Amino acid sequence: MTASAYVLEYHLVNYRRTWRASALSTLVLPLLTMLGFGIGVGGYVTAGVDGVDYLDWLVPGLIASAAVQTAIGESTWPVLSYFEWLKVYFAQAAAPLRVADIVTGHLAFMLFRVLLSAGAFLLVAAFFGTLHSLWAVAVLPISALTGLAVAAPVMAYSASVTSDSYLAILMRFAVLPMSLFSGVFFPIESLGLLRWVAYVLPLWHGVDLSRAATLGVSPGWDGLWQLLYLLGWGAAGWSLAVRRFGKRLVV
Amino acid sequence: MNSPLIQARGLIKRFGDFTAVDGIDVDVRAGEAFGFLGPNGAGKSSTMRMIGCVSPPSEGELRILGMDPRRDGPRIRARLGVCPQLDNLDTELTVRENLTTYARFFGIPRKVARARAAELLEFVQLSERADSKVDPLSGGMKRRLTIARALVNEPDLVLLDEPTTGLDPQARHLVWERLFRLKQQGVTLVLTTHYMDEAEQLCDRLVVMDGGRIVAEGSPRELIERYSTREVVELRFTTDEQGTYAEKLAGMADRIEVLPDRVLMYVADGDDALAEVHRRSLSPSSALVRRSSLEDVFLHLTGRTLVD
Ligand SMILES: Nc1ncnc2c1ncn2[C@@H]1O[C@H](COP(=O)(O)OP(=O)(O)OP(=O)(O)O)[C@@H](O)[C@H]1O
Ligand SMILES: [Mg+2]
Repeated sequence: MTASAYVLEYHLVNYRRTWRASALSTLVLPLLTMLGFGIGVGGYVTAGVDGVDYLDWLVPGLIASAAVQTAIGESTWPVLSYFEWLKVYFAQAAAPLRVADIVTGHLAFMLFRVLLSAGAFLLVAAFFGTLHSLWAVAVLPISALTGLAVAAPVMAYSASVTSDSYLAILMRFAVLPMSLFSGVFFPIESLGLLRWVAYVLPLWHGVDLSRAATLGVSPGWDGLWQLLYLLGWGAAGWSLAVRRFGKRLVV
Repeated sequence: MNSPLIQARGLIKRFGDFTAVDGIDVDVRAGEAFGFLGPNGAGKSSTMRMIGCVSPPSEGELRILGMDPRRDGPRIRARLGVCPQLDNLDTELTVRENLTTYARFFGIPRKVARARAAELLEFVQLSERADSKVDPLSGGMKRRLTIARALVNEPDLVLLDEPTTGLDPQARHLVWERLFRLKQQGVTLVLTTHYMDEAEQLCDRLVVMDGGRIVAEGSPRELIERYSTREVVELRFTTDEQGTYAEKLAGMADRIEVLPDRVLMYVADGDDALAEVHRRSLSPSSALVRRSSLEDVFLHLTGRTLVD
């Protein structure tokens, strides 16, 4: 455990170099999104969804989606380059760290970044008055869990490839469909059979839970299953990532 | 106390069907500088990676610091310093941060890490570059920084995989001088090289590796005495056919070695032998008498030169 904290610390030191630029975009992105959707799209969609203003309905989905975007951004190119170009993981493997520490420490840093994105978005959303309940703070742990459910398996994937063209494939055939069919922009009920994409992949569960939180609606028992399902993705992804990392680092 | 820091028996490393290290026996004692000398592909790095506990042995027995790498990897690595063949410094961090962040992996408190980083940068003469990025450093500076990083946990055993390959002569001498100081401080050094002068300068004892096997073992002096003569006469002839001279020179030396560009005569007294060559009017275009080196040992053992 402490050993993974040392790895996390390394990533934080590394992040200190770029945090200003990154913090700025972390804030600007939700601001622009809110302005774009609130003023632009909101003007056309006047009907609302499930009796809620479209913008208020949309925002929790956007937050979960931003959390997942950050998780994917952090678990793809950086992981590939730490293996292929910067060799950071190999240096760590020569220190008294176990492969699991290397994975866990980096994953913890990814979740830190996810929390920053989700937190910034949540602040902006509060400022625009789109949060209906104090339960909205639950969006933070939900985002972290959704981020984990995505980052861990993607990390395993990135550790298994040696060229970034495979990352582009992942973006096109997994991330893009997931973003479109996870009930971020419209209810998945209108998807027909395609809504199974939403049920199987992690994002929709994060969206649904976040939506319940910001709108102050109880998710019921389904909510518990969704949390467990996300945790399952995270745990399976983590153990797969440890195995894939071991294959690369211990040869 | 006197049990070896590294003990290998019948150590084997396979990659699929390919055997990179083919049953080697090695003992490295505390305080000595031990070398693996061999050409490309001899299995030096594969051996070093097994000793560094980042590569599990395929077969055989290996004990490092009295522990089993298969079980005690992190505990062993906590007491090792590793300078890998290819620098894997963090190019995004500063020179100093490379040492302080790495020290944290060993659980060294931040304050101690900072103090030690300053000391080590002094030791490898990089103090004035402490806050510069790693990328613009020269090859020699990067190598020294990698060595400093390997020392950040005050290791009992330092593994150096080709510490000076690719450096210019001046940079090499600086690295040698630092390594020599470490050795004087009682640090056990294990290094690989394909430079015989490096092995002669630094190693108390070494093994010559070829094709995954150990073909000879001893101190540089012992190896030269055992496998070579005291002196060597290098002759170059104007004709392309250096080989035709081998017969004519036979009987004048303990052994003759014909290389594509020159002929080597292994003799006890080089000047005598050269005088004899001239007496028989063989008239080489150039002639050089030198002391025998590990290169000659290697040539004798494997029929090949070390650096092609
Ligand atoms: N991970 C690996 N997978 C497959 N083969 C490998 C692997 N690592 C090393 N080898 C092979 O094992 C042999 C020994 O390699 P090794 O790197 O140990 O040699 P070396 O003595 O360090 O050579 P060099 O002087 O070039 O560094 C080489 O033929 C190499 O191609
Ligand atoms: Mg090597």
